Amino acid sequence: MATEKRLMTFEVTDTSHTLAAYRERGGTTALAKALRQMKPADVTKAVCDSGIQGRGGAAFPMGRKWQVVKPDDGQEHFLCANADEGEPGTFKDRWILENAPHLLVEAMAIASYALGVRHCVVYIRGEFDLAYRRLEAAVEEAYSAKLLGERILGTPFSCDLFVCRGAGAYVCGEASGLLSSVEGKKGFPRNRPPRLTVRGLYQKPTVINNVETLSNIPWIINNGAAKYREAGTAKSPGTRLISISGHIERPGVYEVPFGTPFDRFVFEDCGGVTGGRALKAVVPGGISTKVLTAKEIAGLPMDHASLSAAGSSIGSGGMIAIAEGTCMVRLLQVMLRFYHHESCGQCTPCREGTGWMHRIIDRIAAGRGEPGDIERLYHVAHFNDGMTICGLGDAGGFAAEGILNKFGEEFEYAIANGRTRFGGSLP
Amino acid sequence: MKRFLAELEAMKARLPAGHTSSLVMPCLHRIQDERGFVADEDIAFLAEHLGVPRVQIEEVLSFYTMFRRMPHGRHFIEVCRNVSCSMQGSEKILAHLKARLGIGPGETTPDGRITLATAECLASCGTGPVMVVDGAYRERLTEDRVDAILEELS
Repeated sequence: MATEKRLMTFEVTDTSHTLAAYRERGGTTALAKALRQMKPADVTKAVCDSGIQGRGGAAFPMGRKWQVVKPDDGQEHFLCANADEGEPGTFKDRWILENAPHLLVEAMAIASYALGVRHCVVYIRGEFDLAYRRLEAAVEEAYSAKLLGERILGTPFSCDLFVCRGAGAYVCGEASGLLSSVEGKKGFPRNRPPRLTVRGLYQKPTVINNVETLSNIPWIINNGAAKYREAGTAKSPGTRLISISGHIERPGVYEVPFGTPFDRFVFEDCGGVTGGRALKAVVPGGISTKVLTAKEIAGLPMDHASLSAAGSSIGSGGMIAIAEGTCMVRLLQVMLRFYHHESCGQCTPCREGTGWMHRIIDRIAAGRGEPGDIERLYHVAHFNDGMTICGLGDAGGFAAEGILNKFGEEFEYAIANGRTRFGGSLP
Repeated sequence: MKRFLAELEAMKARLPAGHTSSLVMPCLHRIQDERGFVADEDIAFLAEHLGVPRVQIEEVLSFYTMFRRMPHGRHFIEVCRNVSCSMQGSEKILAHLKARLGIGPGETTPDGRITLATAECLASCGTGPVMVVDGAYRERLTEDRVDAILEELS
C-alpha cells in the first residue's frame, strides 16, 4: 500500500502558507494545466475516475455530484467550499486553511472551470481567526497573480471568489443551511428534492464540496486519476486527513491512506492513550458517528466500507480517543447538550427531541435518573431519525444510540445507584 | 456607516449581479467588529443599502450566536465546552475563570472589563482546552496560562 502523502507534503513554517512557498512546492501548475491543456469535461472526468469521495462526512462520490451540473446549459452555476468545520472533534480543514490556503484557492479555480462557474464562494466558520486571515490573504495574492479574477492566467476563463464568514451556527455546515446563510438568511436547511446540484444557491445549480475534498483536485490533475487510486482501497481511494484528540499521546492532524488499520493508527502513529491508560472507546469521525470499542477497532481497516460494516462511519475524520475510566454518562451529556443547543428549531422532532434527550441525560448524570430513561432516550433517537429536513436530529440520535448500545450498563448503574460509576470523570 | 460604502462596493464586485443579500452577513461582521455590537441604525442602514427587508436582518441577528445587539465588556472570553476540550479539562478552566472573575457565562464583570461566555467546538480539539479572547484563539490552557492571559487584559 502506498503511503505517500498528497496534502501534508511539506514542513509547516512561518511562510509555508504564502503563494511564493506554494509555488516553490509545485503549486498552481495544476490550474495552468487544466486551463491550457484540458477541456472542462476532461477535468470532471479525471475527478470521476479518481473515485474520490466527499470528506465532510457523507462520503458522496465527488464526480457523481459534479456530473449533475451541465456547464453548457445556459444557466449560472455556483460552487461553494464548505469550510464551516464544526463537527466536534474535527480540525483537519483548519489545518489546510491555515497552512495551505492556496491549495483550496487553486482547487476552487479548477473546479469552477470544470463546472462552468463564474462566481464561487468559500463559506468559512465565523470563529476562525488565523484560518480566515490566511485565506483572505491567499485570495488577494491569487487575484494579484491572475490566478483569480478576469482572464485567469491569460486564458478566456474568468472566475471570482467570495469569502463568506459564518457566525456561529453548526447547522450551516449542512449544505443547504450553508446556502441559506450565503444568501444572507438564517441558516435553515432546505427540503430536497430538488437537489442542490439542480437548485442551490439563488435557485441555480450548485456544487458544495468540503475543503479537504476540493484540496485533492490539484494533485489529481497533476498526477492523474489512476495514480490517485494507488493509495487507499478500491472503494475508498486516496488518503484521508484524520484529526485526533481526546486522551491521546500525540494529538493532531495526520494524513493516512484509506484502509490503514485503525488500531495501528491509534497506538503506533498517535502513540496510544495518554498516561498509559487502556483504551475504552473511539469516536471515529466526529461525535455524530457511533463510538467503537477498543475491541472493535482491532485490525479494522479505516475505510468507508469497513467502518460501515462495523456499524459506524469514518465521517468527518474527527477522531476522539477515550481512555478507560471515562464516564460515558457525562460524555453523552456533553454531546446531547450540544445538539440541543445547535438545533435550528425548524423541524419539530429535532427541536423538541434534542431537548428531551438533553433533559433526560441531565437528570441521569445528576443522579436523578428514572427507570425507563434509557428506553426513553432510545425512543426519542428512533423517532427523530429520518423525520427532519436535515440530519442534525438524526446525528444526536446516533451519538446516543452508539454510546447506549455499548455502555448501557453505566447508565443502568447511574439510574439504580443515584450516581455514575466513574464519578463524572472526563479528563 | 457611510464610510463602509466603498468597502461594500468592493465586496459587491466579487458577487454575481443582483445578489446583494449575500452581503448581509459580511456587513454585520464588519459593523460589529467596529462598534462592538449591531445597533438599530445599522439595521436601517443595511436594509436601505442592500435592499433587504429589515425583518431578514433581524432574523439573521437573532439566529447566529456571534452577532450581538448589545455591547459587552471591553474584553470577550469564550471557553469551549465541547467533547474534546471537556476531556482535556475545560470544565476546570471555566470554573477557574468564574472564580477569578466572580461571574458566570453570559455575565460581565461589574467594572465592564470582561464578558464571559461558553462556545461550542472551535476546531481546536488537538490543542485544547481552548478559549477565544477578543477573537483570537488561546490554546493548550492551564490555570496558570489563564491567569497570565487575564493579566494582559486591561
